[in-house]
Amino acid sequence: MAEEVKKDAPQMFKVTIDNITVEVAPGTSILMAARKVGGDVAPPTMCFYSKLKGSGGKCRTCLVEVAAGSTADPRPMPKLVASCRTNVMDGMVVKSITSEKVLDARKGVVEFLLLNHPLDCPICDQAGECHLQDLSYEHGKEETRYEFQRRLFEREDIGPYIQLHMTRCILCYRCTYIADQITNTRMHGILDRGEHAQISTYISKAIDNDFSGNMIDVCPVGALTDRTFRFKQRVWFLKPLNAHRDCDKCCGKVTIWNRGDEVFRVTARKDEWGEVEDFDGKTGWICNTCRFDKKKTSDWVIEGPRKINRHSVISANHYLDDLKRPHETIAEVMGGRKPKLLMDIHAVSEVNKPTVHLSEIEGPATSEVFNKENGRLLPETK
Amino acid sequence: MSTKLLLDKANIEGIRFYKAYRENGGYAAVEKAFKMTPTEIVEEVKKSGLRGRGGAGFPTGMKWSFLAKPEGVPRYLVCNADESEPGTFKDRYLMEFLPHLLIEGLIISSFALGSNRTYIYIRGEYAWIPDILEHAIEEAKQNGWLGKNILGTGFDCEIYVQRGAGAYICGEETALIESLEGKRGNPRIKPPFPAIKGLWESPTVVNNVETLAAIVPIFNIGGEEYAKIGVGKSTGTKLISACGNINKPGVYEIDMTISVEEFVYSDEYCGGIPNGKRLKACIPGGSSVPILPANLLFKTAKGETRLMNYESLSDGGFATGSMMGSGGFIVLDEDQCIVRHTLTLARFYHHESCGQCSPCREGTGWMKRVLYNLEYGKGKLSDIDLLWDIQRRIEGNTICPLGDAAAWPVAAAIRHFRDEFEWHVLNPEESQVRNFGLAHYADAREVMV
Repeated sequence: MAEEVKKDAPQMFKVTIDNITVEVAPGTSILMAARKVGGDVAPPTMCFYSKLKGSGGKCRTCLVEVAAGSTADPRPMPKLVASCRTNVMDGMVVKSITSEKVLDARKGVVEFLLLNHPLDCPICDQAGECHLQDLSYEHGKEETRYEFQRRLFEREDIGPYIQLHMTRCILCYRCTYIADQITNTRMHGILDRGEHAQISTYISKAIDNDFSGNMIDVCPVGALTDRTFRFKQRVWFLKPLNAHRDCDKCCGKVTIWNRGDEVFRVTARKDEWGEVEDFDGKTGWICNTCRFDKKKTSDWVIEGPRKINRHSVISANHYLDDLKRPHETIAEVMGGRKPKLLMDIHAVSEVNKPTVHLSEIEGPATSEVFNKENGRLLPETK
Repeated sequence: MSTKLLLDKANIEGIRFYKAYRENGGYAAVEKAFKMTPTEIVEEVKKSGLRGRGGAGFPTGMKWSFLAKPEGVPRYLVCNADESEPGTFKDRYLMEFLPHLLIEGLIISSFALGSNRTYIYIRGEYAWIPDILEHAIEEAKQNGWLGKNILGTGFDCEIYVQRGAGAYICGEETALIESLEGKRGNPRIKPPFPAIKGLWESPTVVNNVETLAAIVPIFNIGGEEYAKIGVGKSTGTKLISACGNINKPGVYEIDMTISVEEFVYSDEYCGGIPNGKRLKACIPGGSSVPILPANLLFKTAKGETRLMNYESLSDGGFATGSMMGSGGFIVLDEDQCIVRHTLTLARFYHHESCGQCSPCREGTGWMKRVLYNLEYGKGKLSDIDLLWDIQRRIEGNTICPLGDAAAWPVAAAIRHFRDEFEWHVLNPEESQVRNFGLAHYADAREVMV
């Protein structure tokens, strides 16, 4: 037993992120190590998706500073590195939110991402669960320095269930990776170059396979939206419930979003990083039948309310059992007596005399009014 | 007269074809190199101190020794002939007039690296050059320099020419590899580096045309002799493609010991500025590197004479220096407008950004638009600071060096010519009809007529 532990021990790498040391397996990226620490230390991600091979490195929001490369070679890395695609080394020291350089670069990247984004959150279905929205609240500025025409694209229906709103796209490439990795054929891709690059199908309305709906789940912004849910409800008015059904194509474990008894939409179950959860070692992608066709409560076995961990507006209205109410101390201080009236305003103020009936004052109140009693002047001021 | 190693035979009649090339000592280097082992060849290149001629200046021998050599996996050598940097046209000259020099270098390098299939990835706009190269490859094959069992060593090698589709980004080595594989030319995220996982997941070395051509003289004269040419770590000769406001634009071979001043004014090279104008600024190494005003071009900030080599050109860092880059020497005289010039470069990088990572995709377009406003008299003083801020946030934060390449020219233009930008803002109407002129960064030298 003891020997086994010894064998395992040197295989783990110690990495220090923002002065917090964690042990991770070799081959872990800095980002995944930071997620192990959790909280604000974990860099934001727009393009990286841990369940999709090859994703990441493109949005540059997860840039971190490596202050020491490893124990063997403690030189710092000259540039900021994309934490999602850089693996940890033993003894690596990483600075995320403790580095001015990183925070400044992150601000820059948010500004670049929002440069051509329409900021149409009030009419966007993704609002409330949008990663770009969260990112810009945390790291963005309230105003733009861009004073030119923004990039615009026509809205496009790519297949019967999905609408592509290219103007909102941040080119994270996640939807192309998912099409490559969980479907047989990829019918869409990146066309054109540079600022004009866009996601599109080779032939319009061509995306038609059983797992295409997962593209909507992985899209960090509102570029790919569910056509069966568009403009039906705001997500924060919906109540997320864990549910499952027997499905021969997928795991059948989903989150249904209800209002009353009506199922408005069905999504895969997402964890605190906005990624689809694993079930029995497999990622819980769901099929289009579950997602788009089963929209009755009777189709589903409801397991219970879904806990939304992210600081999103969705969780704002859905307090679960673990809601922490502030501890009442007044009764303790007052020796068991319950508070009644702590202070009588008339006891401290000479202005609001109980004899003056405010409702009887005509027109704007002046000091003169308060020197009168019910419209009559008080005896001492006469 | 300086040493010429690459272009010494360029003027011989018919050198483009095998017969004349062979009669003038061609393929002797292959004969010499094939008597050595691959490891010895790499050592010889290391000894020569040859540095990559594509722009970054990384020691070639070192790069070769990094190549992973796993069992049962093929290794590839790729020649980067995607020369698209504005102001650089040295590789085109080599391929067009001395194709056999490149083929010869490729054969030696392929032997050293164990690459049985070697690719030349050529820029799409060089539409006529693939034919020249393919003809040269065919000639080499017929004479037993390529194909199976070359010179009885048992080494097989084939060279293929692949045309690009005209994207600057495909000159970045990983984007080049992606494009060669038939994919969209997006740079890969490093690590893994191509030396470990490159073309078709196999170890790959990507070298510039001039680097591979320079292998030939190394074996003709020997690595140690080659290292004696030049100064310090800038060994051997370098091709400089000079253009802009000079009397004699063209490709020149220099041995990296001459001063910049001599290069610009001597009749052997650029031959001075035409029409009696004075020098205003110069980009010494292709459009990506920082521009230098005349007063910093000839003398470094410390007052030493600036030489045409890697160390001297980068003396003073980016604050008062520049880079050797790919050797695209662009000269601007007093009539040129720096704002307009910067706009032209920004427009190029905006057009060529691949759109993969956000700072470059969005930032290059933004810089272009702000510069357009400045150039056409619609700018504000705050735009200059804004430009500085944009370039600062692009530089170093992108996947590939295109972001840096887009940021550096803008940064350098603002750093050295800020008053010209301000003049554009403050005199919007005047700036449309005349240029700013020289002001304080006047040429230290008197007018040469």
